[in-house]
Amino acid sequence: MHWFILKRLMVVPLLLFIFSIIAFVLIQAPPGDYLTSYIAELAQGGTTITQDQIDSLRRQYGLDQPVYVQYFLWVGNLLQGDLGYSFEWRRSNAELIGERLLLTLALTTLSLIFTWVVAIPIGIISATRQYSVIDYVFTVLNYIGLATPNFLLALVLMWIAFDSFGLSVTGLFSPEFQQAPWSWARFADMMGKIWLPMIVLGTAGTAQIARVVRANLLDELGKPYTEMARAKGLPEWKLVLKYPTRVAIAPVVSTLGWYFPQLLSGGLVVAVVMSLPTIGPLLLRALVGQDMYLAGTIILIYCILTVVGTLVSDVLLALLDPRIRMDGA
Amino acid sequence: MAAKTDATSQVYVAPAWKMTWWRFRKHKLAVFCLWLIGLIALISISPQFFATTDPYATSARRAYIPTQFIRVVHDGQLTMPFVYGVVGERNQRTLRMEWVIDDEVRYPVRFFVRGFEYRFLGLIPTDRHLIGFAGAPPGETPALLGTDRLGRDQWSRLMYGTQISMSIGLVAVALSTLLGIILGGISGYFGGLTDNIIQRIIELLQALPPIPVWLALSAALPRTWPVTLVYFAITIILALLGWTRLAREVRGRFLSLREEDFVTAARLVGASRVRIIFSHMVPSFTSHIIAAVTLAIPLMILNETFLSFLGLGLRPPAISWGVMLQEAQNLQSVVNAPWLLLPGAFVIIAVLALNILGDGLRDAADPYAN
Repeated sequence: MHWFILKRLMVVPLLLFIFSIIAFVLIQAPPGDYLTSYIAELAQGGTTITQDQIDSLRRQYGLDQPVYVQYFLWVGNLLQGDLGYSFEWRRSNAELIGERLLLTLALTTLSLIFTWVVAIPIGIISATRQYSVIDYVFTVLNYIGLATPNFLLALVLMWIAFDSFGLSVTGLFSPEFQQAPWSWARFADMMGKIWLPMIVLGTAGTAQIARVVRANLLDELGKPYTEMARAKGLPEWKLVLKYPTRVAIAPVVSTLGWYFPQLLSGGLVVAVVMSLPTIGPLLLRALVGQDMYLAGTIILIYCILTVVGTLVSDVLLALLDPRIRMDGA
Repeated sequence: MAAKTDATSQVYVAPAWKMTWWRFRKHKLAVFCLWLIGLIALISISPQFFATTDPYATSARRAYIPTQFIRVVHDGQLTMPFVYGVVGERNQRTLRMEWVIDDEVRYPVRFFVRGFEYRFLGLIPTDRHLIGFAGAPPGETPALLGTDRLGRDQWSRLMYGTQISMSIGLVAVALSTLLGIILGGISGYFGGLTDNIIQRIIELLQALPPIPVWLALSAALPRTWPVTLVYFAITIILALLGWTRLAREVRGRFLSLREEDFVTAARLVGASRVRIIFSHMVPSFTSHIIAAVTLAIPLMILNETFLSFLGLGLRPPAISWGVMLQEAQNLQSVVNAPWLLLPGAFVIIAVLALNILGDGLRDAADPYAN
């Protein structure tokens, strides 16, 4: 078991190294750099800037060095915990990302829990009542859920909330709490707003996961041990929940590996529409404004979170299913 | 009895694609979706024919007109299809134009009417359009799906957008299928070190968070590029991360087929590698590939939609579903003009139909199941 986890952990640094290169290549890809547009902006504003000043600015940010030196400078700084400085915001990246990262994780985790809480019962009901009206209704909802881009769902739900209840559900905080330090009141305020993005994000995956649970449970329901329990006279609901369900929902953990990154990625678009203070809109703005070190850092954070999600799901699976431990060791 | 044996013997000699088709035909919903996709394909081939007016024409006076439905009842009496005219009144308090139906003015719907000139399929010059409105003054064609911020006709834009969105999905999937089949095929057929390297690359690509990477790649496209170049760049970007799933599928098929008796038999008779691959192995999994491809198209369409929606995909003046939805990017515009969300309904219908069609094909692809 320890060996299995250790082996998985050993791959992580390699993956992160490759991802850091990819992130760096991505932020280097656009023509020009932030300094170029910054200088253009200054020139437009009427400020003249001499070649000497430009050169000194370039030297300061290492932009006069060859690309690979720039890469090692960047990674070196990252490893020392220095995430760099945002040209556009005139603030350190760490400061910008810090709280947003926390909120991103909170939202993603809540959506994950929402998905499971909704999807598992739906899967169980669909499987035990296969080909019933309820099963068909869920199948239809599943297809529609898959076909709806989640930003569209966000827009429609926001519209309904506004139109029927007069609620303006954008952002995660009311204006008075926007800049306030954390307190119980601020937390309560956030909880009053986070449910809508949580539902929007969780819904698309609900259908997929319910499908997985349904298929697994259908397999298990046909097995002899279920017949046996039934023959012994166990009430049907007790039987289903006690034995086959336990087996059927174990593989759901494995979906964590792809579902968590998907939630994280999908959250980006929803966050833009609902103007949530997460790292998604920050990335979009950084990319559009060519604030490249901020963009690179956020892309790398997305990669790290994805790797961690996969790792956690691998370990959980190994804990649940001894056969995987055997294979991995 | 005779008929039955006849049918059975028909099954015995039927080629694989025919059996797939027989199975597919039983799935009524999938067949319906096939027709629906056929219709959407028709629109994509010649959107000008379905458009009622020039989709690029702006008119500041005609901004935010709500949907003008085709009606068949006037004064409680059934009539030929027509559309009511609208008159705009400026609200004195909010200074917004408010459009009200003017039931004095009726424009009857006509079919195959003359309108703006275009080239059918890009070749034949014509000015025929599927629907038109008799008596509508030029520049004031009734807007079936309303108009947007710049007074452009949403229905016509939707028709043009269908062409771009569908074709981008198709081209991106074609590219990723090509990559997937070549790399997946190499991986599955040769095995060993080659397989190992390709599989690690696939795992690496799959571990990347797709949306941030797509965004970063699209942001790298120079703003000065012309529309067509951006279009091709976006398809390549979408295909770059999209091929891995198909490659996995192809590899899996190759691996399982490699051990099949008929492949061994072919090898023993001395058939060449190329012959074994292309005339024995490929035909036996084409139906699976078609199903997988059909299921990949809607994903690509959705991806293009959100890239354009975020402003990093196609850019105006190009029209795609995502570009159209950009008009509805915040709550304010949706509350003021809910019909701006209608292209979204179109996205859902197209993606839904493609998904159901793909599922139907996948179920039918294995005629020997059950």
